[in-house]
Amino acid sequence: MFIAPAALGFVVFFLYPALRGFYFSLTQYNLLGTPQWIGFANFAEIPHDPLFWNSLKVTVEYVVLNIGFQTVIAVLLAVLMQRLTTSTLVRGALLLPWLISNVIAALTWFWLLDYQIGLVNQFLSWLGVDRIAFFADNFWAIPTIAMVNIWRNMGYTALLVFAGLQTIPRYVYEAAAIDGCSEWRAFWRITLPLLRPVLAMVLVLTVTGSFQVFDTVAVTTKGGPVNITRVIQFYIYQKAFADGQFGYASALSVVLFVILAVLAALQLRLLRAGESDLA
Amino acid sequence: MSTVSLQQPLVRAPRRRRVRWGRGLAWAVMILFLVLTLFPFLWIIRTALSTTRSLPSAPSDLLPVDFTWGAFARVLGLSSRAQAIAQGGSGASVNFWLYLRNSAVYATGVTIGQVFFSSMAAYAFARLRWRGRNLVFAIFLGALLVPPIFTQLPNFILIKNMGLLNTLPGMILPTFFMTPFAVFFMRQFMLGINHEIEESAALDGAGPWRTFFRIILPLSSAPATTLAILIFITTWNDYFWPLLVGNTGSTRVLTVALGVFESQTPSGSPDWAGLMAATLVAAAPVLILFIAFARKIIDSIGYSGGK
Repeated sequence: MFIAPAALGFVVFFLYPALRGFYFSLTQYNLLGTPQWIGFANFAEIPHDPLFWNSLKVTVEYVVLNIGFQTVIAVLLAVLMQRLTTSTLVRGALLLPWLISNVIAALTWFWLLDYQIGLVNQFLSWLGVDRIAFFADNFWAIPTIAMVNIWRNMGYTALLVFAGLQTIPRYVYEAAAIDGCSEWRAFWRITLPLLRPVLAMVLVLTVTGSFQVFDTVAVTTKGGPVNITRVIQFYIYQKAFADGQFGYASALSVVLFVILAVLAALQLRLLRAGESDLA
Repeated sequence: MSTVSLQQPLVRAPRRRRVRWGRGLAWAVMILFLVLTLFPFLWIIRTALSTTRSLPSAPSDLLPVDFTWGAFARVLGLSSRAQAIAQGGSGASVNFWLYLRNSAVYATGVTIGQVFFSSMAAYAFARLRWRGRNLVFAIFLGALLVPPIFTQLPNFILIKNMGLLNTLPGMILPTFFMTPFAVFFMRQFMLGINHEIEESAALDGAGPWRTFFRIILPLSSAPATTLAILIFITTWNDYFWPLLVGNTGSTRVLTVALGVFESQTPSGSPDWAGLMAATLVAAAPVLILFIAFARKIIDSIGYSGGK
């Protein structure tokens, strides 16, 4: 049977771990002994865990900054690409940061934003502004991490939106032009509404990804200073492998799963992703 | 996929003058974003060709400070310990070739297995009729919604129980047989293959295996290549999973090693030139792949995302 290898892989590495994930979330397990069944104790503990709430707050802050700016920039770039050039060179250049790993993107900006000799701080002091410890400052740490990932993903997201723009038929714009509609109005009245289903899918994909930010934090701030950048995935990782609370970490990952599922459903619903205004 | 190219301006503003101003402004914004996108790459190259010890003396020079290939030599293990320290390196040996090899084995292994087995599954979902097909496909698709970390924690235990922790097979196995995305991607293409080709093959007495290898696979070579490139890039850049199961000296991949390399400096200030040279070497295979297949990669992004 053709399906056999994939089915084997699916059952062993997706289905079985998923079920086991739920099981671990109901146990106390430090990776060494055997998991001890403790029922829903982990879940009962989560609401009283200040570090969990902190990680959720930090993650939401990151997601809002990351997705907010990234989506606006991506739509802007996509429209610009559509109107100005379809050159592969331009699209390729915008995609370049997405091809390198999160780790490399993080290290590159760690260097560019270095407090002492980073280029950005040189520029700031040349302007006469105080230097900023981007990754170590209570206020700037999360916006900085969000910025690094906007830099890496904006071109990719713009290409997704660009693909969506191609599905809007030309005659709609032509008709609008005949009616004397300006470009600015055409964007708000035609492009955005017709782009809605694509935008909804792009948002679900990017928000889900954004919630699982890990690499950038792990390479640069490691959750610090104190808990300022301890995003939820990094918290889960620390609980599982540094604190020896694998069961509790599993329970947290169940919570993350539920949050993401609810968010995805909400977005699809609110943006009426299933239906198009075209036709 | 229908890709209509829209080269001409879509809506003509009433007056030409305004159009020219608008276009000028639009180009200015576009160029600003291109500069923001590309400048960090220039800075990586500039730093990689500098001497770390001299960097603080000219932190905003656009050209390499105290030009040297030393950082690359240090990263690739071609310079002596004394030389490395003199230039601001740590002097500790970084086994870069080993990490490069591990990354290559990890990414290649995952790519080959996943493309082949996912294509087989896609064939079964798209072209063969069997009981429960739609249900099984729905379950496969459902896995797309599960956040990776949810299955990765238990998978860590599984790999540990199998005794494969800190081995390359242990890193490769979970995504060797399939990912829901790969099956979905190949199925989309295979649904569009003409039925008559298969029917005539069946008339000639070809069984499903012959049909798959002789007809379906060759016909699917274009999307399979695209998928392979995407999987290779994703796996090459992967950090979380290799960090969980392969974070020891002998199985470390480049992404994990780079994180360690950064914190491996004695004086507090990292060896920036070495670090930037290392990131360049680590990114090189993917960048070369991109130059070779730019069109394919760029077009595929509309394809998979617009769906």
